[in-house]
Amino acid sequence: MSGHSTYKPTNGFTKWIDSRLPIIRLAHDTAVSYPTPRNLNYWWTFGGILTLCLGIQIITGIVLAMHYIPQTDLAFNSVEHIMRDVNYGWLLRYTHSNGASMFFIAVYVHMFRGLYYGSYKAPREILWILGVLIYLLMMATAFFGYVLPWGQMSFWGATVITNLFSAIPLVGKSVSTWLWGGYAIGDPTLNRFFSLHYLFPFLIAGVVILHIWALHVTGQNNPTGVEPKGDKDTVPFTPFATAKDAFGMSLFLILFAYFVFFNPLGLGDVANSEIANPLKTPAHIVPEWYLLPFYAILRAVPDKLGGVLLMFSAIAVLFVLPWLDTSKVRSARFRPLYKQFFWLHLIVCIGLGWCGAQTPDMVITHVGSIDFTVTYLARILSSYYFIHFIILFPLLGLIEKPKPLPESISASVLGAAKA
Amino acid sequence: MKMKMIQKIAPFAAVAALALGVAFSSAPANAEGGENPGLKHVDYSFDGPFGTYDRSQLRRGYKVYKEVCSTCHSMNLVHFRDLDEKGGPEFSEAEVKALAAGYQVQDGPNDQGDMFQRPGKPSDPFPAPYPNEEAARAALGGALPPDMSLLVKAREGGASYIYSILTGYEAAPAGAEPVPAGLHYNAAFPGNHIAMPQPLNDGQVDFDDGTPNNLDQEAKDVSAFLAWVSEPKLEERHRLGFQIMIYLLVLSGLLYTVVRKVWSDQH
Repeated sequence: MSGHSTYKPTNGFTKWIDSRLPIIRLAHDTAVSYPTPRNLNYWWTFGGILTLCLGIQIITGIVLAMHYIPQTDLAFNSVEHIMRDVNYGWLLRYTHSNGASMFFIAVYVHMFRGLYYGSYKAPREILWILGVLIYLLMMATAFFGYVLPWGQMSFWGATVITNLFSAIPLVGKSVSTWLWGGYAIGDPTLNRFFSLHYLFPFLIAGVVILHIWALHVTGQNNPTGVEPKGDKDTVPFTPFATAKDAFGMSLFLILFAYFVFFNPLGLGDVANSEIANPLKTPAHIVPEWYLLPFYAILRAVPDKLGGVLLMFSAIAVLFVLPWLDTSKVRSARFRPLYKQFFWLHLIVCIGLGWCGAQTPDMVITHVGSIDFTVTYLARILSSYYFIHFIILFPLLGLIEKPKPLPESISASVLGAAKA
Repeated sequence: MKMKMIQKIAPFAAVAALALGVAFSSAPANAEGGENPGLKHVDYSFDGPFGTYDRSQLRRGYKVYKEVCSTCHSMNLVHFRDLDEKGGPEFSEAEVKALAAGYQVQDGPNDQGDMFQRPGKPSDPFPAPYPNEEAARAALGGALPPDMSLLVKAREGGASYIYSILTGYEAAPAGAEPVPAGLHYNAAFPGNHIAMPQPLNDGQVDFDDGTPNNLDQEAKDVSAFLAWVSEPKLEERHRLGFQIMIYLLVLSGLLYTVVRKVWSDQH
């Protein structure tokens, strides 16, 4: 998509096509001749894995939609009909429900890889922003999808999330009513969530195309964070990256298959095997694991509006990351201070996820006469989450003394081979 | 080279560890104070990646359900025809026909516009003991017996939880909260006060295959039956999963050699 094309149509037919719609040229330039840094490690295979995840979700989702009924009296039983009576319905459904988790595992790896190697930094700001947009769309899609089976946690999760909007001053209540299509969650809500759940993956696919376009303009970052300086530093995408991506996908599918076939409910909540009952609140409402860190941030703030704002800020801050980071060096390999804070931040995010899964007033330990509850821990961790991006990101770039960078990628590869 | 290989695929090991961590830490998260102290873990034949149901156990469990549970509990998502499906109790078609015919179900309207009763057919769902929730509550002192179609999947602890409830009736320990009238003490029930009186006792259901019918056996059998009711495709899932795992392992091995070959002259 960028740079000069090396594609040469070889016969009359491809020449004819190429002078009318150069689509073979596009595919060739994108997936065959595209130069990729020669030192990419397996953390870089997760882009391809994510594309695979999106494909799996769309295909299984389309077939599931042929059997699903978005009506509150029938939705739960239509899902059970899929599980019991549709040929391989259980396989479609378990692949789709675990596929969501697999998608998020892959996207978190992909994002933390970007954070570690500084892939969001110039000239890849738009690439990164498009990625955050995809992540945001994924969360919305997952939320809509989780409501569809109309289990207890579907209903109560939807209640909690849609009620967040009622925290908006003045118009909050009206916004909630507008989202529900009524005065409570019911048929209109389920119907529109189904419609949006079907729409959003195609929006994601659209932004993915932009994401890949931007990627092919700037080229991939790499573990050294040093830009490729010529042909010596790169290899053509096919066969080099294609082979690695295929191997990575295959390993990832083993994990995927483990969950689908041997632990299909391991990542879910038992309460969702019970039909939604608006009169019976579950003892403990929790979102799916991939949203837990944000749930912890939401609950860490005593004020509802404050919590909602902080939760959305936790994602919003990612959009401005490229401008918060003042470091001239991309890769954490050469940033001794940032490297440590990166791991601290990862631990904090996992810690927030843990907090999100617990009851907020559970006492972790006693500090003197004070009960140190989950809420206190969530407050400390949430504070760090923001300090990390808003204070440490600008600060570290100024005070840190980076290690010397390799002259080029090929120099670093040869150096590594000697050592 | 081996070491290098391990380093290379470290991302996947890390990812797997994270996913498994989530899977195994999320379970107790929804029960305040962690695991249910009254839960007794039972070893079932369907546990583990190669687990299958024990046909005779499912048939005994079905008998317990039919003679005891079905008096109050519905099983709306299960049809008689499911009983001869592969991977279940695998009754014969004739047995299922006879068994369905033992029930009277409402059908209609006929050409006179009247509803009528007819013997059950394999395509019918199991008839519910009460016509609606209100009727059940009115008959049972306000309590609603949950539908059993998905009970094992809807409870933390699964089949072991059902077993623990059935065998968890005991005298309230000294110093425990007094049990309100109409409720019963049960060690495995959250809050310990359950509306259902002890449903199973030693010798209550006579098994056709001569298996000793003590409470322990009855509880094991009916909880296994309910596990099948919740997850009727488990055997098919385990079988296909095994084949797919073999396929993916071979594929990964082949792809690894492809990577080695492709990159062999690049370092």
